[in-house]
Amino acid sequence: MIKDAFQDKALIAFVTAGDPTLEKTKENIKEIVDAGATLVEIGIPFSDPIAEGPIIQEASLRALTHGVKVNEIFEMVKELREDVSVPLCFMTYANVLFHYGYDAFLKRCDEVGINGLIIPDMPFEEKELKEAARDYDVNIISMIAPTSRDRVKMIAKEAEGFIYLVSSLGVTGERDQFSDNLKDIIGDIRSVTDVPVAIGFGIHEPSQAKAMAAISDGIIVGSAIVKRIGKHEPLYDYVKSLKDAIKTA
Amino acid sequence: MQVGRYGRFGGQYIPETLMHEIHKIEEAYEFYKNDKAFNDELNTLLKEYAGRPSLLYYAKKMTENLGGAKVYLKREDLNHTGSHKINNVLGQCLMAKKMGKTRVIAETGAGQHGVATATAAALLGLECEIYMGKEDTDRQALNVYRMELLGAKVHPVTTGTMTLKDAVNEAMRQWTKRVDDTLYVLGSVMGPHPFPMMVGDFQSIISKEAKEQILEKEGRLPTAVMACVGGGSNAMGMFRNFIDEPSVQLIGCEAAGKGVETALHAATIAKGEVGIFHGMKSLFCQDEDGQIAPVYSISAGLDYPGIGPEHANLYETGRASYVPVTDDEAVGAFEYLAKEEGIICAIESAHAVAHALKIVPHMNKDDIVIICLSGRGDKDVAAIARYKGVDLHD
Repeated sequence: MIKDAFQDKALIAFVTAGDPTLEKTKENIKEIVDAGATLVEIGIPFSDPIAEGPIIQEASLRALTHGVKVNEIFEMVKELREDVSVPLCFMTYANVLFHYGYDAFLKRCDEVGINGLIIPDMPFEEKELKEAARDYDVNIISMIAPTSRDRVKMIAKEAEGFIYLVSSLGVTGERDQFSDNLKDIIGDIRSVTDVPVAIGFGIHEPSQAKAMAAISDGIIVGSAIVKRIGKHEPLYDYVKSLKDAIKTA
Repeated sequence: MQVGRYGRFGGQYIPETLMHEIHKIEEAYEFYKNDKAFNDELNTLLKEYAGRPSLLYYAKKMTENLGGAKVYLKREDLNHTGSHKINNVLGQCLMAKKMGKTRVIAETGAGQHGVATATAAALLGLECEIYMGKEDTDRQALNVYRMELLGAKVHPVTTGTMTLKDAVNEAMRQWTKRVDDTLYVLGSVMGPHPFPMMVGDFQSIISKEAKEQILEKEGRLPTAVMACVGGGSNAMGMFRNFIDEPSVQLIGCEAAGKGVETALHAATIAKGEVGIFHGMKSLFCQDEDGQIAPVYSISAGLDYPGIGPEHANLYETGRASYVPVTDDEAVGAFEYLAKEEGIICAIESAHAVAHALKIVPHMNKDDIVIICLSGRGDKDVAAIARYKGVDLHD
C-alpha cells in the first residue's frame, strides 16, 4: 500500500531500471531502502523521455543500449519483492504501457507487486489508463504542476495513492530554486482530499529536502541519485543525509 | 467524435505542466479562427508577404512524356521562404502575437519550418529559438545560417538519433521550462490537440486554392491529389478540401529510405503501429517494447517516426492511401523534374513526384493529377550531389 510510505515524511527515490544492469538496479534499490527511502520509483527507460532532463535521459539511454526489456524489469521487481517491502511505483511513458496493452501491463504490475504508476505524458483528461486500472490493485499517480492553476482541485479530487507535485517548470534535474506557489497549491489540494502530497523535480540538497518536506508529506529525489549511479558512487550516505534532513522537517 | 480526436487517433498526451497552456491555445484558436480582423490580417500577409495564391502549373512536358493523366503541380515552392511551411507559421505567429506572447520556439527537420518560423518571427517582432537535430544541422548547414540571419537562435540537438524526432523532444522540454511568454509553433499536423487541427487548417489553403484553380482550368475535379508525408502538413493541406469529394483519390507518399524491407526507412504507415508519442495517439515506427524506432530517409523533412493523427485516421478509414517511396526513386524524380520541367524541387516533394512517375503512365488521358510541390530544392543540391558521388568541393 502506497500510504505505508507516508507514516512519517516520505522519502521517495528514483532509479532507472537496467542502468547499468538489472542486477545492479536491484542492489541499488536495496541500498536506497536500507538508507531510509520509504517508496521507490523504478523508471522503465523510454527512448524519448520528454519530461526528463539530461541526467535521466542519459541513464535511460545507458539502460536501453544494454538492451533492457520490459518483461525483464517485471522479473527483476518480482525478485526484488523477496527482500524489499516498501511500496514500489513504475515511472515510464504512455507508449510503453499502450504497446504492452494496458490490461496486460496492469496485471503484471499487480502480480509482481508494483503499487502505482507515474506516467508524465498521461494527463488528467486522458482517462484510458485510469479506467483500465480500476480492476487492479495499482494506483495511477496524478501529477500537479505550478502551472495547473484551476486544474489543481479537479485533479486532486480524483487522486489516489499520492499526488506528485512538480516543484517548478521544466524537466527533471537538479536546480536551486522552486516555484513560489507550492504552499498555495498544497492548500488547494488539502481543501479537497487527504491523499498525501510529495514534491519532486530538482531536489538534491538535504536543505532543500527539508524545506520541501516541511510544506508537504514527502519528497522525491531522482536525478541526484541517478547521477551517482552513473558515476558508480555509493548511495547509502547520500540517501541517509536526505532522510535525516526530512526527519526534522 | 471527441474533441481533438480523429477516430481513435489524436488526444493530448503531454505533461501536466503544459495542460493549462494547451487549453489556452485551444481557446485562443477557437476565437481567432472565426475572428474577421485576424483572418483579414492573415490573408493580407499570405497575399502580400508570402505571395499567395501559389500557382497551379500545368506540367505539359511531363504530361506528354509520361503519356497518361494530365499533371498539375501546386507550386508551394514559390512561396516566400521556399515552402508551404510559411502558411502555418504566419497563422501561428500572428496568433502568438495576439495572445500577447513575445517568444516562439520551433523544431525543424530539413530547416524549412525553422526558416519559415524565423521569418515570421522577424516580421512580427517575436524572439525566436529553433531546435534542430545535430545530424540535420550538418546536412542542412545553409538553412542554419539562414535562420541565424533572420535573427533566430539555433540549438543543435545532440540527444537520441539527432534528427527531427529529437528536435521535437527538445522543443517540448524547453517549452515546459518557459510556458507563459512562449508559443511552441509546431511545424506539422502532429502533437497534442489543437495542433493537428490548427496546422491542418492553416495549410488547407493549399487545397482551397487548388480546387478553385483546377475547376477554373479544367472545369472538373482532379482524379487524384498527391503529396509527400513526414508528419504530413503539406499533404493535409493538399487533402483537406478534397476529403469530402469521394471521387478524388488522396495519395500520401512516405519515405521508404533504402526500402521498407530494410531497417533504414521512415515509412510509418507501411511499417508503424498504433502508439502514443509527441502528445498524440497515432501510428509510429516502434519496437516490440514500444520504444520509438530510429528511422532513416535521405530527406531530413520526412525523417520522422510518426504521422499526424488525421492522416492515421484517413488511412484507417480507407479515405486516403499511403505509398512508400525510396531514396533512389526520390532522387530520380528530383533529377527528372529538373530536366523535364526546369524545376528543382525539395527532396521531400520529390517523393510525391516519384510516385506520380509510377502511376501517371497507367492512367487515362482524361485523368488529372495534382502533385503538391511542397518546397524548392536549393537546400538539397549539395546533398544530392553527395548522393550521386559528385564532388562539389564544399
